[in-house]
Amino acid sequence: MLNRTALEALTLRPVPFLRSAWPWRCAAYLMASVVPGAVIGVAAAVTQALPEPLLYVAGPVVLVVSLLPVARFERLRLLLVDGVPLPEVPDRRRREAGLALMTLLALWWIDLLMVGFTVVGPVLLILTPLVQPEVTPEVGGAASVAGVLLLPVAAYTVTAWGGARGAVVRTILAPQGSELSEVLRSRARLVDAFEMERRRIERDLHDGAQQRLVALSMTLGMARLDLAEDSEAGRLVGLAHDEAKQALAELRELIRGVHSPILTDRGLAAAVRDVAGRSPVPIGVDVEVGRLPAPVEVTAYYVVSEALANLAKHSRATKGSVTGRVRRGTLVVEVSDDGVGGADPAKGSGLTGLADRLAVVEGRLSLSSPIGGPTLLRVEIPCA
Amino acid sequence: MRVVIAEDAVLLREGLVGLLERFGHTVVASVGDAPGLLAAVAEHRPEAVVTDVRMPPGFTDEGLRAALELRGRHPELAVLVLSQYVEQTYAAELLDSGAGAGVGYLLKDRIGDVREFVDALDRVAAGGTVVDPEVVRQLLRRRRDPLDRLTPREQEVLGLIAEGRTNASIAKELFVTEAAVAKHIANIFAKLDLPPAADGHRRVLAVLAYLRQG
Repeated sequence: MLNRTALEALTLRPVPFLRSAWPWRCAAYLMASVVPGAVIGVAAAVTQALPEPLLYVAGPVVLVVSLLPVARFERLRLLLVDGVPLPEVPDRRRREAGLALMTLLALWWIDLLMVGFTVVGPVLLILTPLVQPEVTPEVGGAASVAGVLLLPVAAYTVTAWGGARGAVVRTILAPQGSELSEVLRSRARLVDAFEMERRRIERDLHDGAQQRLVALSMTLGMARLDLAEDSEAGRLVGLAHDEAKQALAELRELIRGVHSPILTDRGLAAAVRDVAGRSPVPIGVDVEVGRLPAPVEVTAYYVVSEALANLAKHSRATKGSVTGRVRRGTLVVEVSDDGVGGADPAKGSGLTGLADRLAVVEGRLSLSSPIGGPTLLRVEIPCA
Repeated sequence: MRVVIAEDAVLLREGLVGLLERFGHTVVASVGDAPGLLAAVAEHRPEAVVTDVRMPPGFTDEGLRAALELRGRHPELAVLVLSQYVEQTYAAELLDSGAGAGVGYLLKDRIGDVREFVDALDRVAAGGTVVDPEVVRQLLRRRRDPLDRLTPREQEVLGLIAEGRTNASIAKELFVTEAAVAKHIANIFAKLDLPPAADGHRRVLAVLAYLRQG
């Protein structure tokens, strides 16, 4: 079903809407207010029955005690009009208490009045000939017809109020923005899962293929010792040996591209030194940070690797530098070069990719790259 | 020579044992993790250790840490560390221990060049220093200054020095006379401000100076 809330159902064409379960669900949703109404009734009855001094204490106590069950009930009945799961919020208890108080003091009687006017009214009109035998048959018949005609209207009214009430309840229990943070969290989980997968691949290659290739290369090296260089077999084994060594070298670079083992072992500073050491452009490294949370380290490393790759490819720089410090709980990394500048996030997907990656850890990227250079890329990532 | 091997991949460990024994060495113990390495050295007192960097239980740099610990405990013990990847930090840490004498850092790929690998182990055992050519290549590529002052030929010679080669071996590799090699080396020392007063380890110092600048 595409429509997952009562409000959305209102946009259906009339016939499918009237034939759907939504009016019934909304009526049931509103009728359920009998329960909080009963709670108020019980609170009132208890208070009535008690002698003077206890009376002022008992009423509020009954109300407070009932807050939690009423909130639970509100959550449950919301499913009748809103099929979208509620996200978890940190201050859930406080929000539920507020909603329960609102239900007990106001919402329940508004709901019942609403149902009374929209549903019971037309039903009474239809039943006019039965409940009011004294009116003339003409009047009774006209009333019955009017009642029948009012029923579809009632369906819309009940659904509208039920849907609106559901939206209010949702807003109270899960305020705007909490769904956004849920999206952010799920994105962070995706990135984490992706990162774990990379590590697994790296580990598998390292423990499997790489070790076997080393063993193969060693065996071929030994065989080479026993064979004359100028023999046909010696020549072939020599070729195979060279191929194996070539494969090893390629595999080594591949593994490094998949995941940096140094990052895991020694942290950001060592890993940045390592990647800077591979750059064809000389890169000065001044990174003084201790071990940071893994997502921060991985993201910062990713940014530096990308930035240095861009630098080598596009900047035409003669030298560059990477600095890193933690300032007031925020990792600040700067990558700069003396190249031609003109780096533009709109042009390449590289920079937007960096920004996306940073968004997951709530980091920020700023770039200064005027035509003619120099380029400065600055990244801030909160470490908390 | 009595050797202890630490390597967690069984295939490779057995291969290393066979290889070293074929060249007349005695493998007194071969183990699969860092605690095992420390225990084996304590028990057998070998002359040399060959160890992997990444080993159980944590699969990070346990092998390297164990090697550093052994260097601290037994300064006379030669240690050759095999790594799956080029990592200057590791190489520098290792060479810093015991001023770089009797120590080596090689890529695992080099095991395939059987004879050179065994030569490297011998050089380490004789108190020499061996740094993987790949590490040296990266250092040379990165450091424009003061390595900029070296001619390409001198950079090549420095690379071979880092591998622990003798003048004769360098001369053979480059198809020049030993006298020419000696002249190159003198130039390198001069350009790198290494005074003649320093002892015979100037060759090692030349390499170390650059690794340490990290």
